[in-house]
Amino acid sequence: MLNIVNLSKEEKVRYGLISPSMFMIGFFLLIPISIVFVYSFLQPGTYGGVEWVFSLDAYKQFLFQEDFLTEELQFTSAYLEIFGRSFSQAAIATLLCFMIGFPTAYFIATRPANTQSLWLFAITIPYWVNLLVRTIAMLFIIRDQGPLNEFLMYLDWIDTPIKLAYTPFAVSLGLFYSFLPFMVLPIYTALSRFDMSLLTAAHDLYASRWAALKNVLIPSVSNGIYAGCLLVFIPSIGSFIAPDLLGGGKQLMIGNLIALQFQGSRNWPFGAAIAIILLTIILITLLIFSLRKKGEQQ
Amino acid sequence: MKHSISYYPGTKPITVLCLFILYTPLIVISLYSFNSLRSITTWGEFTFDWYIKAFSNPAIQNATMNSLLIAVLASSIATLIALAAAMGMLRGTPLKRQKIVVGVINLPLLLPEIVVAVASLIFFIAIDMTLGLGTILLAHIVFCIPFAYLPISTRLKDIKQSFDEAAYDLYASRWQSFRHVTLPMAMPGIVSGLMLAFVVSLDDFIVANMVAGPGSSTLPMTIYSMLRVGLTPEINAISTILLLVSILFVTASWWCNRSSKSST
Repeated sequence: MLNIVNLSKEEKVRYGLISPSMFMIGFFLLIPISIVFVYSFLQPGTYGGVEWVFSLDAYKQFLFQEDFLTEELQFTSAYLEIFGRSFSQAAIATLLCFMIGFPTAYFIATRPANTQSLWLFAITIPYWVNLLVRTIAMLFIIRDQGPLNEFLMYLDWIDTPIKLAYTPFAVSLGLFYSFLPFMVLPIYTALSRFDMSLLTAAHDLYASRWAALKNVLIPSVSNGIYAGCLLVFIPSIGSFIAPDLLGGGKQLMIGNLIALQFQGSRNWPFGAAIAIILLTIILITLLIFSLRKKGEQQ
Repeated sequence: MKHSISYYPGTKPITVLCLFILYTPLIVISLYSFNSLRSITTWGEFTFDWYIKAFSNPAIQNATMNSLLIAVLASSIATLIALAAAMGMLRGTPLKRQKIVVGVINLPLLLPEIVVAVASLIFFIAIDMTLGLGTILLAHIVFCIPFAYLPISTRLKDIKQSFDEAAYDLYASRWQSFRHVTLPMAMPGIVSGLMLAFVVSLDDFIVANMVAGPGSSTLPMTIYSMLRVGLTPEINAISTILLLVSILFVTASWWCNRSSKSST
């Protein structure tokens, strides 16, 4: 603990200045998250809320369903499927973001120094636009009677609208669109520290362009790539808006499942348990990446 | 002309594609908000009717006021808190607990929004707070702090401590030195942080949707509930306004930071 008595006046002032931020985040975020953790071990109240009885039901419910007649626990994969879908959707979005984001970051990093910040700014602007608005804009374009289908029919490439909205693909597309800027920024930062003359050195040693890319460039900026992947993967796996609007309620992901427990089915402990499982998944992902980073540095 | 070895074919078209993907949906939805016809294929004439129609709806007027009120209050309070924290952290020798403090400040960025939303809901109900504008405001202040802190701390790091020392040598008190030396120099970072926090508050849907009470809808919440009827030109109109406000503020924030960099 902080020993207040031993601090100099100067330090007291400084800790005093820091304390409002610590209080706000501690009181209105850390304590609430701790309450979520506690609630995940309680029983649901009849009309929402909780009963103060210790129970592991919320976590059991994640994997098992109680048979109505025999009251036996039976394995159910319904919630695992939602987790699986969240994983694969987040993975697809991350891959798509990388395929577009890496070349873009490279292009920006090789521009003249004075124009780079302008390019970067152009990439970041859409991130600041309301996520709900951006997702609505995407839905507007890809829906059956939307401009994309009308345009393709006008070109006579298709006779009937392609069903894009409310499909798994629409959700991947929405996540990709939502978090694309997150992939570009860290890769750009890593590339801007990369010494481009190393590529010339590789070339002098008879490496082809692609060999230089694979063996010199990508390993040198791997930290930026990892960071970009994390920044896309983590918000994607917990996303709510894209699966809700673009999946049309049929492509539930973890975020929607959590929200449902507090709005529709009113099982707070179950919602709390899923939130804790989601936080654990994110923590494990972060740990794996940081261990990998350490391993590579050695 | 032979390209240099650092040239990779295809990066330019992909960058163009990247910008095309990022901007097309925004441009398309804005264009259609000015089309007098509801049709996708035919363009009637240029009109502001959908804007007039949308903003003559009392529910949307009310939601706009709520959103603005919360964004103004949350961003100003968060900026004050972030400025105080940055002053405490960055003036003088590094504190022992520097890393923990930075970790706590950035925590709201790490957690998925939906988890922050349900945690806030559970907490406000547990302490028996009435859900409404007050609860939205409190939740917004918390996640606005890291967005305000980032540009302020970046700016403060660039201001040399010797300015403070010079002021002390001239018998300025701590407060006078802050008020007349540090504050004016840090202003671009503060304004930039304030605007980012404003945009972030205005953007939020997930958290507000969880902790709002009856009658305290914000603009994104109203758009979301209008979607149940379908994608109407009114939604395009409100969306266009929201996206223009965000772009305007972020551009101003970026400009503030940029012009300040060239002056130091």
